[in-house]
Amino acid sequence: MARIKFASDFDKSVLLNNFENRCWIQVGPEDDWNFYWAGVHNIRNVFSVESGFRLQDDQVINHFPNHVELTRKDLMVKNIKRYRKDLEKEGSPTAEKDELGRFVHLDFIPQTFMLPADYNLFVEEFRKNPNTTWIMKPCGKARGIGIFLVNKLSQLKKWSRDGKGNSFTPPTAKETYVISKYIDNPLLIGGKKFDLRLYVLVTSFRPLKCYMYRLGFCRFCTVKYNASLNELDNMFVHLTNVSIQKQGEDYNAIHGGKWTTQNLRLFLESTRGKEVSDKLFDEINWQTVHSLKAVAGVVSNDRHCFECYGYDIIIDDNLKPWLIEVNASPSLSATTSSDRIMKYRLISDVINIVIPPGELPDVRWSKIPDKENYGHFDLLYDEELANLDLNNPDLRAKTGTMSSAMRGNPRDIRKGSQATWK
Amino acid sequence: MGSLEQQENVFVNLLCSLRPSTLFNELLCAAQEEVKKSNHRISELKTTVYSGLAAAGWDRKLRNVIYHFLQAQSKLSKQSAFSTTGTDLIKEPISYIMKAQLAWEKKILKSLNSMCTELTIPLARARTEKDRKDMATRWTELGVDGPDLSQIRPVYAPKDFLDVVINLNNPNCVSSGNAGTFDLPWGLIHVSLKVKTLNELRIQYSDMAITHCQTGTDDLSDIPPELFENDRTKLGKKVLAANHAPITREFSKKGCPISMRAELWCQILGVELTKVDYLYYEQLKGYVLQHDLLVDSLLYKDVKLTATNDDQYFVFEDFLYQVLLPFSRDTVVLKHFAYNSATPPKSYIRGKLGMEDYAVTYPPNGVIPFHGFAMYVAPLCYLYNDIVQLYHVFRHMYMHYFFRLHSVSSHPQGIVALSLLFETLLQAEEPELFYHLKQVNCQPLKIAFKWLMRAFSGFLSSDQVLLLWDRILAFDSLEILPVLAVAIFSFRKTNLLKVQSMNTAEAVLADLFTLQVVPLLQLSLFSK
Repeated sequence: MARIKFASDFDKSVLLNNFENRCWIQVGPEDDWNFYWAGVHNIRNVFSVESGFRLQDDQVINHFPNHVELTRKDLMVKNIKRYRKDLEKEGSPTAEKDELGRFVHLDFIPQTFMLPADYNLFVEEFRKNPNTTWIMKPCGKARGIGIFLVNKLSQLKKWSRDGKGNSFTPPTAKETYVISKYIDNPLLIGGKKFDLRLYVLVTSFRPLKCYMYRLGFCRFCTVKYNASLNELDNMFVHLTNVSIQKQGEDYNAIHGGKWTTQNLRLFLESTRGKEVSDKLFDEINWQTVHSLKAVAGVVSNDRHCFECYGYDIIIDDNLKPWLIEVNASPSLSATTSSDRIMKYRLISDVINIVIPPGELPDVRWSKIPDKENYGHFDLLYDEELANLDLNNPDLRAKTGTMSSAMRGNPRDIRKGSQATWK
Repeated sequence: MGSLEQQENVFVNLLCSLRPSTLFNELLCAAQEEVKKSNHRISELKTTVYSGLAAAGWDRKLRNVIYHFLQAQSKLSKQSAFSTTGTDLIKEPISYIMKAQLAWEKKILKSLNSMCTELTIPLARARTEKDRKDMATRWTELGVDGPDLSQIRPVYAPKDFLDVVINLNNPNCVSSGNAGTFDLPWGLIHVSLKVKTLNELRIQYSDMAITHCQTGTDDLSDIPPELFENDRTKLGKKVLAANHAPITREFSKKGCPISMRAELWCQILGVELTKVDYLYYEQLKGYVLQHDLLVDSLLYKDVKLTATNDDQYFVFEDFLYQVLLPFSRDTVVLKHFAYNSATPPKSYIRGKLGMEDYAVTYPPNGVIPFHGFAMYVAPLCYLYNDIVQLYHVFRHMYMHYFFRLHSVSSHPQGIVALSLLFETLLQAEEPELFYHLKQVNCQPLKIAFKWLMRAFSGFLSSDQVLLLWDRILAFDSLEILPVLAVAIFSFRKTNLLKVQSMNTAEAVLADLFTLQVVPLLQLSLFSK
């Protein structure tokens, strides 16, 4: 069998070690690669009409052409809002609302407005609850750049004065902001605030095929969380991004402020009980699937593509998870040795699901890998298999309207049918 | 007839200890309430009051108190079997061991004092009003701006203590000169104490046999819950509802389900918090705010050296200060010195050196921390989110078990006997391995000692430490620690047989975070 030729835009060791250990051959992005780990900036070139590129059947690449539908803050919010509206129109039970008009099952992103576009809507909402804190984020930036907190309208006015050099040009992605309700009751562990970074692999959007990585982690603030307003300026308190936390004095290079989800689970199950912790992790799976379904219709489902997303989730003290944002190219630099091991495994497991071991990439393949090849991934949802299940009336009775299509793993099926998976 | 007399004694003691307790008052009040209830016939008053109290759950409370009383009594009486008089004999009946402990205490105190002199800091000083206020506001985030610790060194580490244990020698014992026999063993411990054989341990730990399903192994996510987990959960709920310590112990022998562990442990240890316990903690906290002790810096330093750098425990750093600092002020801890071979160190008010009237226990709880002390608390942080509960559980664990891991004693649960048990078991089960390691100058105890001394905290993954400690509590014995240490050596035997130096042996055993303790224990206890 011919050896796989790979190209990479990164010289990160977790990537290159994986490729080398598989005895793959490195080629340039311009050459005939079989597997390309591209940076998001290059993905547009690969798929642009001008490039004249046509991907062959034995070529796969690590991004979908318009992943921004999910990974740009404003677009994700727009898509999820539209998705909910559509479901509501259909009269789907998942779009059920409570007496306050909030979605019972689909209320998983903090209330968010686009700025400047939704400025008036935002002001209206702000006046309703003047004592809430909001967080402003530029749409096109990552790693905590350009983020600030707002609790007075005057702060926003100042920002808009400073920002508007020329009011005639429409705002570009870089100048668009989203403003979201700040989760001011985060779950604290040891008195510290944290967020969750989970990895989600999508191998196809239509039908949707997605996997959740078991080795996600919590990122902790080095500074004690304090909801008081004079702390608003201390971004260390609020942001858990490692790249921000790294600048803090108390950053610890041994663990990097990272705590495994297994530890989180042990802590929650011990202190809060099994049922609520199971429910929390079920809800995280649920909202991940729905965030993906929300964009499944708009992402161009190129057969050559797969993508490994970094999901950022904040848990509040009622153990409700909130989806904050999705990253298209989660950091592959390792901050600690266990981080390096985890990320190496992540890439290895991604490759094993995307390319059946021992074979060349083949886009005509069914994209239903053997369960042995899941590694540390769990199948979250496979629409194709779910539909097969639905055609089987026995299974339909068991799993309800939305089958989670988790084959062979009785615990997952049990979990699925028990809680939110109705 | 002696046993009858003893029983009577125990009974009198029990009544004496019950009378001043709050439970006694509560019982009295409850009984009065019961009497007040109408339609009791005078002739049946006694029986109806009894049954009324029992129905309200008072008999279970009383039973628990008696159970914990008897447990505490057995600590005091086990060793007094040697002799009927003298507190020293309860503490430690063998004189050369007692001497070694005293010499060790002297050495610790000396190094503590010389640290004071070198750094020109007093053992204790009152905090200024400003310091006090500042510390009070930062109480829940003491880790952020701690004191300057650059000069502070841990007073001793497991390695130093191992030297003391190794150098114990029975002056009455004449060596026959035959290597490998009891008086000239392969191992490092040269004290003849009676330790259990594998067969005795098998009987003791029979609930862990491979034929019994265990929590933490047979309830993992890939095993259908109908096989074990469902029944186990159902039973666990019943046990929790019954709230009777001996039953809880029995149940926990097969491991505690994660979500029930916190409560099961409290039941076993008899931790049931009242308002008084919360007030008591506040009082201890007040003492911390009043005085700055050198021990505080030692505790700080220890947390910074261990838990703060540990990827499983760093999130609990601030909790650890909130437990350890008040612990050092807690004079209730002094009670355990009645059955601990150690004696709390004395310090004298300035200028009154040696005058007993001016002696104070230093630190107030009598415990000088060593490098790794904070790790006794760290795993408990996974179980208790409430500081006061965390505090009390830790104090009970310390006064029941952990103190034995760093005092020189002939007690069968003491570190000397545990080390010896480790060596004899390993020699009996894996003679080839022991011999090889001995030949290449890697005495196994040199590696295993720190595991034993810290009860494996910080060496295993957090969930596994908790599963191990389940067994300490359930079987009321620390002997599971050397059994696990032997199991680990057996498990890594193939690689250990290849090592030629201490460094490589240490490397083979450096990472234990992937180990599953229950199957390992089963393997080493029951597979041969």
